[in-house]
Amino acid sequence: MTDVNNKNQPSGRIVIEDELTIYTALELKEKLLTGLSTTEELELDLSRIGEIDAAGLQLLIMIKQQAAVLGKVLRFTGHSPVVLDILDLSGLAGFFGDPLLIVCKPT
Amino acid sequence: MIPDEYLQTFVVECRELLEQMEEALLIVEQAAEDPEIINAIFRAAYTIKGSAGMFGIDHIVVFTHAAESVLDKVRSGDIAMSSVLAALFIEAHDHLSVLVEHVAEGSQAPEETDSHGKSLIEQLEACLGETATAQPDNSPPIVHQPKLEREQSEAVGTDLWHISLRFGPEVFRIGMDPFSFVRCLSSLGSIVELVTIIDAIPAAEEMDPETCYLGFEISFSSEADKLAINNIFNFVRSDCLIRILPPHSKASEYQRLIQELPEQEMRLGEILVKCGTLTPEELDNILRIQSARGDDPQRPIGEVLVEQQMVSPPVVEAALAKQQQVKDNKKSEANLIRVDAEKLDELINLVGELIIAGAGTNMIARRAGMADLMESTATLSRLVEEVRDSALALRMVQIGATFNRFQRVVRDVSKELGKDVDLVISGAETELDKTVVEKIGDPLTHLVRNSMDHGIEPAELRIARGKPAKGTLKLNAYHDAGSIVIEVSDDGGGLNKEKILAKAIERGLVSEGANLTDKEIYNLIFEAGFSTADAVSNLSGRGVGMDVVKRNIQALRGTVDLDSVEGQGSTIRIRLPLTLAIIDGFMVGVGNAAYVIPLDMVVECIELRAWASDEGDGQYLNLRGEVLPYRRLRDHFDKEGDLVQRENVVVVRYGEHKAGLVVDKLLGEFQTVIKPLGKLFKGEKSLGGFTILGNGEVALIVDVPGLMGQIEREKNIKMPAVAR
Repeated sequence: MTDVNNKNQPSGRIVIEDELTIYTALELKEKLLTGLSTTEELELDLSRIGEIDAAGLQLLIMIKQQAAVLGKVLRFTGHSPVVLDILDLSGLAGFFGDPLLIVCKPT
Repeated sequence: MIPDEYLQTFVVECRELLEQMEEALLIVEQAAEDPEIINAIFRAAYTIKGSAGMFGIDHIVVFTHAAESVLDKVRSGDIAMSSVLAALFIEAHDHLSVLVEHVAEGSQAPEETDSHGKSLIEQLEACLGETATAQPDNSPPIVHQPKLEREQSEAVGTDLWHISLRFGPEVFRIGMDPFSFVRCLSSLGSIVELVTIIDAIPAAEEMDPETCYLGFEISFSSEADKLAINNIFNFVRSDCLIRILPPHSKASEYQRLIQELPEQEMRLGEILVKCGTLTPEELDNILRIQSARGDDPQRPIGEVLVEQQMVSPPVVEAALAKQQQVKDNKKSEANLIRVDAEKLDELINLVGELIIAGAGTNMIARRAGMADLMESTATLSRLVEEVRDSALALRMVQIGATFNRFQRVVRDVSKELGKDVDLVISGAETELDKTVVEKIGDPLTHLVRNSMDHGIEPAELRIARGKPAKGTLKLNAYHDAGSIVIEVSDDGGGLNKEKILAKAIERGLVSEGANLTDKEIYNLIFEAGFSTADAVSNLSGRGVGMDVVKRNIQALRGTVDLDSVEGQGSTIRIRLPLTLAIIDGFMVGVGNAAYVIPLDMVVECIELRAWASDEGDGQYLNLRGEVLPYRRLRDHFDKEGDLVQRENVVVVRYGEHKAGLVVDKLLGEFQTVIKPLGKLFKGEKSLGGFTILGNGEVALIVDVPGLMGQIEREKNIKMPAVAR
């Protein structure tokens, strides 16, 4: 589900695949925390997330807060449409502070 | 993604709501507008939409939305309810039922259903007129007549709802996604601002990714009422903190809200301001009240309000009365529990075993001759009997729901036939076993249709006969000596004896010149392949039907017969046992085996030798001048064993027929738990099941109607030679 590259490097990148939901939350929490602890600067690629729910969102919040506690840099990139949707719905885009593309939703 | 059990709940709920809706629609179609009833229809549609939205079943949401928009207009008086509109809604209701059934089966609706739905939506939208079709969501707000006086000066200025949600930790694990509620809310109105509360998320090490820590503060613009908004959260109510404040709520309401929520006051206040619910000034004001009252938290809020002159005492009283009413409603709702029918069956089964075991103990006690033990077993068996009765009562349901379904049948059939027919229901509160209720529906439908088609005459003929143009069909139910009687009667033309007789002779069912009583003639219509209708209509008259009805009812150990007065109408009477599981039996011995005959069919017991003057024939005996056919059970079941000196005859009666069953021994009354026979015995018509005796032996239960039928058939095979 995840792919941790460049361990112990100043910067790392994790791609979250497919699902960021309650079904994968437990597993992903470990991966993300490990990923964060081994790098100074972590990039989370969200472009391949096809499904996200509140549990997934909660996980993103947790890791963001953890990064702040550890004084590390954490960036979310390439937000997929479902991620944008949930950020929009939750009003948390500002909290994460990552540059986002504003999508025009078909109504 | 939807867990099955929730979907199940959804389907069950929808079905119930649809039933209520149908009932209400039928009333509306008949009578003038009653705002209560239209409200009921609206609420049903509304709740269905809400829960469908929660599950993301979009096509139901879309369809219900169309219906609901029109209903809303009807409710506010913009559109008048007419019978045409009611008919349209009945169609919409049917379509919705189809959709729900598809959801229940997990299947996709076929294309024609879709297009039917679309055309219905178009028709519904046509009712709305132009303005509303463009933007159904923004249709002009319903004017809620405020029942309570409001002092605007003290209320918060916003016209938005405020909803505070703190989800319980288990929400994810029970398969819910907080955002689905948010999406569902969007179906009721528009979310102006949503703040996700993430304060409860603990530090990384302690955080359990499967526990929900989230909360929402939502300001929400909607015309929906509080109940509807509240309903969205039905599935998570138990473990979540949910506060919904209507627009223009009292400042103190917000104060209470702030008090109740787990976050700090200041932080919450900021959130409320951010949501746009409160202005900063209002917040200041509230926080001031808050700190002033901080020392005295126990005082009822009403008292505080009155003291602050925020509301006048009558308003508080009114509000309290209202609250009490809501509470009472809740209470009566809570008095009902839904139980899985299987669990009930299991209980009945166990009670059955208990009865058997009790009978066993009883037997041993009697054999041992211990008075003390006998006394205590007597008490025990009395209790067991009571347990049996209340267990059986659990399965009892009122027949009213089944009867009410016929409102619809009668309506549809009268449209189809062009006859105007009223349905009069009585005895709706009569109770009978659930399994019986389920199985009686089809035969009843047939009878009702039949009565309307053949019984009730066309209006012109009715007027010519001096009857009111509107026909009447009656459904009645009552208890009668351990059985329930259901009557279907009409005030139609009644049965034509000559016609039936002629037809029966033509079909070879009776021989010419046979002397039949009126009742016998009427009951001929229950014979297979019998129809007197001159024209075969769509509904009935093809000669299949009445015999099927009879067979279905007999399968329930019931009987059916018919009374008719020519020119005045006919009554069909169905007699059914109250329960299918336990009967009082009369036990007899044949050879070494025991048989049980249902007690209510036993008329009397006589000694064979005393009555059978002519033993050579062995087919009939002369019972007080009456010809009584009899049969030796020993022969019938091919039993071996020593012959006894005194054979006894048990005279049984079923419907109009009597017969004698010759047995070796009479063993007395015996409470019998009927156990079904296996498939192997399916062909054996004369056995209705078996039971286990107290000593562990098995006794077979004689199916009297079946046995009589079998004797009759055998007789017919032998007889023709004699007759011709």
